[in-house]
Amino acid sequence: MIRIQIQKALQSATGKMNLELELHIREGAFATIYGASGAGKTSTLRMIAGLMTPEKGMIIFNDRVWFDEQQKINLPPQERNIGFVFQDYALFPHMTVRRNLEFAAGKGHEKNWVDHLIERVELGELQHMRPAQLSGGQQQRVALARALVQRPDILLLDEPLSALDTRIRSKLQGFIRSIHDDFGITTLMVSHDIGEVFYLSDVVFELEDGKIVRKGSPAELFMKKEGYGSLQLAGKVLKVEKVDAETTCVMVRIGAQVTSINMAREKAAALQIGDRIVLVTPINDPDIFRIEE
Amino acid sequence: MNWDPLILTFKLAVITTLILLVISVPLAFALVNMRSRVKPFLETLISMPLVLPPTVLGFYLLLVFSPGNAFGQWVENWLGIRLVFSFPGLVIASVIYSLPFMVQPIQSGMANLPSSLSEAAYVMGKSRLATLFHVLLPNIRPSLLTGIVLAFAHTVGEFGVVLMIGGNIPGKTKVASIAIYDEVEALNYDAANFYSAVLLIITFVILLMVYLVNGGYLKWIRQ
Repeated sequence: MIRIQIQKALQSATGKMNLELELHIREGAFATIYGASGAGKTSTLRMIAGLMTPEKGMIIFNDRVWFDEQQKINLPPQERNIGFVFQDYALFPHMTVRRNLEFAAGKGHEKNWVDHLIERVELGELQHMRPAQLSGGQQQRVALARALVQRPDILLLDEPLSALDTRIRSKLQGFIRSIHDDFGITTLMVSHDIGEVFYLSDVVFELEDGKIVRKGSPAELFMKKEGYGSLQLAGKVLKVEKVDAETTCVMVRIGAQVTSINMAREKAAALQIGDRIVLVTPINDPDIFRIEE
Repeated sequence: MNWDPLILTFKLAVITTLILLVISVPLAFALVNMRSRVKPFLETLISMPLVLPPTVLGFYLLLVFSPGNAFGQWVENWLGIRLVFSFPGLVIASVIYSLPFMVQPIQSGMANLPSSLSEAAYVMGKSRLATLFHVLLPNIRPSLLTGIVLAFAHTVGEFGVVLMIGGNIPGKTKVASIAIYDEVEALNYDAANFYSAVLLIITFVILLMVYLVNGGYLKWIRQ
């Protein structure tokens, strides 16, 4: 269980913002802080890691105090036993993939554990390459494995998939989720992508202007409108085109698929190219086919 | 030909560069991480030799180093070294004079690295020192090379400061740049030409090496 209650005045792009929030994450959970950019997501993560100091409040992991403003306790990041995946991955450019993991593991590390992690993220053949020689998705996997090397108490992921294209994203989402499940590690992710949040998290905290406005399971947060018997798909508007006086054709991307939908003009009126959307459609008695592997 | 001034010049440059390297790495690291208001003043002090006439620097160092002054006297009493008109004095003056040439490339090299690199190391439990040596320095090798070469070349080319506090003592403080001036004064153009040509060629070669290496023309060095 990690209990976080922090406050800090931040300088955001739109002016001053007061970040003030309280989070409780139970051990082994996959929690996500969801919100628009500039809402204070990354700052929250950095304060948990000890890379930024809150003005007030406390951060307590199990019974260990990481930060307490009143008791003047502030453990440096070195003493918090955290795995952190940075948005830019922060791989050490002068070290090979394997060296990156070994350096994180420190002196006297178990070779088997490093081997296991490299295999786990399917980088066995690339382990003697430098990060610059790898694709974005491969670098992401190195960063993930490296964050796990020290067997951290909590894994912090800062927009881990934002720099990748859709196809690789969905593969890596699978990776992240299965690693979380296998290692049973408490994970806190920061993301602005509904699809990702939906697929990965057990619990979501929605952050807006430095405050938590809603929390709950992804279904509670994003499905309230319709309830059962409907299919909800997160996607993005690619094109909005007038068909005739009453109909508009909207092209959306859902996951790796692109599909066109004809809909009433009024319904589509508010949609703009680039909008992130949740597509809600009733599904009574659909056809379901099994895929033969 | 008398090689002494040239040998003295390169001895001075090598020692100065080594001392500068040892001082400048922690200094640049501290500057990069500093948030205090003292920082601009510190940076100004370090950069002063870039714009100050060398004679001004030499003049004040002469005053400070002189045994008639508290500092000069203290050094002479406690370390048994006289700093005016001596080689140790030249080294100290050269270190101050070439400091910005070493600190600035290293500082900008470190500042240009993404901060997530050192943060990643801290989160892994690495100390600041371990992070400096294992993460930062290996990634700013071109900046280190630039600093080393500029400091070296600048020390070789020193004239005003050396003349002020070193004087012109053969074998002790008479470096090549002073020797050239001396020989011209005495109308020994051949000797002046010899020293000048050696400095010209060596400086050209050194700078060329930097541009070749940092420009990626010699790939094997950077690997």
